[in-house]
Amino acid sequence: MSLLIVKDIHKAYGGIEVLKGVSFSLEQGETKVVIGPSGTGKSTLLRCINRLSPPDSGHVWLDGVEVTDPKANINALRAEMGFVFQSFNLFSHLTALRNVRIGPIKVKGMNKDAATKLAMEELERVGLSDRADAYPAQLSGGQKQRVSIARALAMSPKLILFDEPTSALDPELIGEVLTVMINLAKEGMTMLVVTHEMGFARSVADEIIFMENGVIVEQGTPGEMFSNPKNKRTGEFLHKINELYGETD
Amino acid sequence: MFLQREVLITGIAVIAQSMPMLLRGVRINIELLFALLVLGLLVGTLVALLQVYGGRFFGTLASGYAWIFRSIPAIVLLFLFYFGPSEFGVDIPPFFAAVLALGLRSSAYQSQIFRGALQAIPHGQMMAARSMGMTRIRAIFLIIIPQALRISIAGWSNEFSSVVKDTTLAYVVGLNEVLRRVRIITDRHYDLAMLAYLTVALIFLLLTYTGNWGLGRLEKRLRIPGLQMMRGGTREA
Ligand SMILES: Nc1ncnc2c1ncn2[C@@H]1O[C@H](COP(=O)(O)OP(=O)(O)OP(=O)(O)O)[C@@H](O)[C@H]1O
Ligand SMILES: [Mg+2]
Repeated sequence: MSLLIVKDIHKAYGGIEVLKGVSFSLEQGETKVVIGPSGTGKSTLLRCINRLSPPDSGHVWLDGVEVTDPKANINALRAEMGFVFQSFNLFSHLTALRNVRIGPIKVKGMNKDAATKLAMEELERVGLSDRADAYPAQLSGGQKQRVSIARALAMSPKLILFDEPTSALDPELIGEVLTVMINLAKEGMTMLVVTHEMGFARSVADEIIFMENGVIVEQGTPGEMFSNPKNKRTGEFLHKINELYGETD
Repeated sequence: MFLQREVLITGIAVIAQSMPMLLRGVRINIELLFALLVLGLLVGTLVALLQVYGGRFFGTLASGYAWIFRSIPAIVLLFLFYFGPSEFGVDIPPFFAAVLALGLRSSAYQSQIFRGALQAIPHGQMMAARSMGMTRIRAIFLIIIPQALRISIAGWSNEFSSVVKDTTLAYVVGLNEVLRRVRIITDRHYDLAMLAYLTVALIFLLLTYTGNWGLGRLEKRLRIPGLQMMRGGTREA
């Protein structure tokens, strides 16, 4: 059975339907990339999956447990899904190390020594063990995002949701974050990534999902999507994105 | 006139002699100050939390509370808390009446300071905390409040300056604090009024300065490296 199943998600804000029935699934160890124009509902979709914004209707299952079940232990389920934000959202009053270990300690009840050791390992994994004592405001954007990935990893999540993790970064800092993500994909982490980085999509995505106006217009392997998209809109979008962002890989 | 030489000299002698008595009064002001600040901090924090996170019902209740206590003159509150209980046959010592009246009044002002600080914390902090599985309550206590408290210190420094002075108002309910004791001097030495009140002014300048200095040090000590604190918000340097 798929690790993540999303079925017919609908979500409206103020009477305007942002998601109009979105379904897809994600296998263990897979990386899927979601692309689409601004305002299409990509962020909303990610937030519906961990119920940061509860969907109006539809279902989400994580590893066989229904996330959208009102009786589900949502906090326990969220702890199994990492979330990486465009704007990092590191806790500004905590050092990098404390940002990474607070989840294991406070949510999973791990003891402090074990959590500290784990946090150092995760910081090492994103190449930042030497910055463990720095506060977020003392880090570059790229470093902040790597800490936030380490923070997600420290929870040993079953999958990680990424919402445009490199969009707030200066171009020269994008590479270091993508490198970390590419390594995660290689190590078999299950990832759902909203991004405009087509180089990343092309090299690591098992499948690309093209969304527009709250629905999935087309999905397929990078090969299919880039060489002969079935839908005219997909082709146009990929062309436009290529002009806007170029390829960074 | 106290500027006349002889008057000045006898005046200083009288004040110097009464200094221990005045300082015992100042001590009462300081005790009142700490008691009312602690009460104000506890109630003020609660009121601010309810205003921001309490939902419609508790939020409105808290806002109403803050509005009422900011609208009534401090002296009137003192009388209400002093004479109010005796209507019900409860005699309340002036000190407690003053702590309640001035403390609850301060809580209303402190709640405004803290509410602003809570609202200045970017929404993403809560989202990040919730997305890792923290409950709302835990996120508020572990993530939001520690940041908001730091932002609040500047505002508290102001509030401290005004409540230090407010403690002298408690003389109206008979608290034996410094201002009441000055009256003992001026009743006996009518011509020393100016000098006596100048002495009190000096004492309060010192108290306010010390308090603001201490809070300034605390603010520096708690400052997050690289994060600049501003009233009503944080900004990354
Ligand atoms: N909390 C909210 N309240 C009201 N409207 C919202 C909210 N969140 C999103 N929307 C609206 O829903 C629509 C989809 O937003 P969403 O952020 O999901 O798009 P997106 O595909 O992530 O776009 P972008 O590429 O710009 O990030 C937008 O029109 C947005 O204004
Ligand atoms: Mg978005």
